Amino acid sequence: MYKIVEKKFLAPNIVSMDILAPRVANSAQPGQFVIVIADETGERIPLTICNYDKEKGTVNIVIQAMGSSTKKIAALEEGDYLKDFVGPLGRPSDYVNADIEEVKKQKVLFVAGGVGAAPVYPQARWFHEHGIGVDVIIGAKTKELIILEDEMKEVAENVYISTDDGSYGFNGMVTGLMEELIVKQGKKYDLVVAIGPMIMMKFVCLLTKELGIKTTVSLNPIMVDGTGMCGACRVTVGNETKFACVDGPEFDGHLVDFDEALQRLTQYREEELELAKRGEEKKCTCQHGGVN
Amino acid sequence: MDRFKRVPISVQDPKERITNFDEVCLGYTEEEAMKEAQRCLNCKHHPCVDNCPVNIHIPRFIKHIAEGEFEEAAHVLAEQTALPAVCGRVCPQEEQCEKVCVLGIKGEAVSIGKLERFAADWARENNIDLAKTKEKNGFKVAVVGSGPAGITCAGDLAKEGYDVTIFEALHEPGGVLVYGIPEFRLPKDTVVKPEIENLKKLGVKIETNVIVGRTVTIDSLLNEEGFHAVFIGSGAGLPKFMGIAGENLNGVFSANEFLTRNNLMKAFRDDYDTPIKVGSKVAVIGGGNVAMDAARTALRLGAEVYVVYRRTEKELPAREEEVHHAMEEGIKFEFLTNPIEIIGNEDGWVKSIRCQRMELGEPDESGRRRPVPIVGSEFEIEVDTIIMALGTSPNPLIPATTAGLEINDRKCIVVDEDGQTSREGVFAGGDVVTGSATVILAMGAGKKAAKGIDKYIKEKYGEKAEA
Repeated sequence: MYKIVEKKFLAPNIVSMDILAPRVANSAQPGQFVIVIADETGERIPLTICNYDKEKGTVNIVIQAMGSSTKKIAALEEGDYLKDFVGPLGRPSDYVNADIEEVKKQKVLFVAGGVGAAPVYPQARWFHEHGIGVDVIIGAKTKELIILEDEMKEVAENVYISTDDGSYGFNGMVTGLMEELIVKQGKKYDLVVAIGPMIMMKFVCLLTKELGIKTTVSLNPIMVDGTGMCGACRVTVGNETKFACVDGPEFDGHLVDFDEALQRLTQYREEELELAKRGEEKKCTCQHGGVN
Repeated sequence: MDRFKRVPISVQDPKERITNFDEVCLGYTEEEAMKEAQRCLNCKHHPCVDNCPVNIHIPRFIKHIAEGEFEEAAHVLAEQTALPAVCGRVCPQEEQCEKVCVLGIKGEAVSIGKLERFAADWARENNIDLAKTKEKNGFKVAVVGSGPAGITCAGDLAKEGYDVTIFEALHEPGGVLVYGIPEFRLPKDTVVKPEIENLKKLGVKIETNVIVGRTVTIDSLLNEEGFHAVFIGSGAGLPKFMGIAGENLNGVFSANEFLTRNNLMKAFRDDYDTPIKVGSKVAVIGGGNVAMDAARTALRLGAEVYVVYRRTEKELPAREEEVHHAMEEGIKFEFLTNPIEIIGNEDGWVKSIRCQRMELGEPDESGRRRPVPIVGSEFEIEVDTIIMALGTSPNPLIPATTAGLEINDRKCIVVDEDGQTSREGVFAGGDVVTGSATVILAMGAGKKAAKGIDKYIKEKYGEKAEA
């Protein structure tokens, strides 16, 4: 059992939780993720690591309550326990084990879409701790869904915001803002790291391919065990099948077959709707009983 | 009584059992077990014992059953095995102990497996305490993986007085017993969990959700956490695919994924959240026990199921009993058939599988006749789900994160006759050494490594750890 020592809302349906998990906190590195099970009947849900504190033994995760299982996790309160919390999973980002002098020569632009800001944060922080300035774009549908802006400003050189509805920062998609910065303002980047919805990463890669900028993406496919056992997360990268959980989650974005990846994400959509319906029915009984 | 004929055992009716996940074989009653046990000739040279990978003293436990001394029978089993209720159900006895039974020469071998199961079940149902351990010696051993190899190694070392901690990557201990083998062959709550509880009664600690190679490493266990030795029993978890076109279409699953969703995550139960996709027509590719498990699971979830296998019925690697049960339940077999392409619809879902017929040619290196394609024999089977049950290979994570750990060209860890790897104090056994094999062979390897670890630690540090 893993205690939720702190919980706060970053946006109406996005929560941040500090989980007491000393072993995970001690070995987590940028680019890695965890798998969480809320309770006895829960699913294994892969979630990104937003921060970790080796001293306190806590790992910070950010959850967007979208499906039944993420809603179940997000509904837990401070002092409650998650049944299971396992990690860190996946390979750390390439630069973590690369020659630091080489890394210092590169100018990196992070592109975070929605809750993608959560896994971008520890990466930007890593660069900051190594004395390397990075730029970050945080994009979301609307102003209230922009998360971690202040935190990001503390570790990045420049933080740019874009909203699809223009309610805050640049009016448009992250790709529009990228064009603005790179094409119009002439900013130079050697590497783009894009983390967010699969469809966003696809369009970022189409753009950076055109601009000739190397791009890393962090994939979030369907997973069960997260240790290489099930193969649910397989993805085609450069005509080879890879398991995102052990070979990734980060890959060269220009080699990823995004159309296949997007298609594979729909695999359990019917079952997910069914589960949501069941959840609603349960909730209904609760209300009649006066609880909730 | 006809000494050459087995006492029949009751099973759930096929028509009934395909609608539930309850155990197929119902086991012997006390009377039936005694009657079957009385058939044993109690041979002096007991070839059955020598052919058992963990050398259970078979005639001795059977004699106790024959005389109605069921508790004593369970104690004899406990001397050599931590998992009798499991082995009595899933061991390929027909290839091991029962294969060399003297009664088998003229008639039917004694039902050794079913009797083992009987004694183990009886001990559990009657709360017999089988935990006997020597005084603690103060040495710490880490066991990686809680499958059959790890459980056996941990159990044997705990009995010898070692302080043992098992590290399990998943959230439930048991390894393949929990994620791989379905309820109808191996019930989890009534059989697997109590055997794991027995292990805890021996003093073994189990830490779940620890991935060795990520959460901790072999080196951190040895150098930072003070373990005197490590046993790696992490199994062969990586599923193989065929490498044919269309394998990443929606509706193509590894047997590992399909079975893990159903068994570990309990997707067959409405009150659990994990989804499972079975479709209406399923093709399972492969002919081993895992293929049978996947096929029979899909059938129970309501699908029409084909098993596609490239050799003939005779070469099926699955246990005879499983194949027999599968056929009884209505699984259709397409023998001498090899998939060459998976065809999808416009939305990216499986529509059919294109196969070719095979014939058997010359024997290959495994001694089985090699299947050769028949030119012009291609045909399609319309299915909406395909489950690949082609075997598994060891997870590369531990070798990749442990300097100096030798592996062979099949990615298996290399060990010496004591089960020790190329790293001092690091032992390994089970599927991670052999590639995917059976529960009992993994248990045998766990046993051997436990002896090797005992020898290694005592030689290096003496009989007891310094306080």
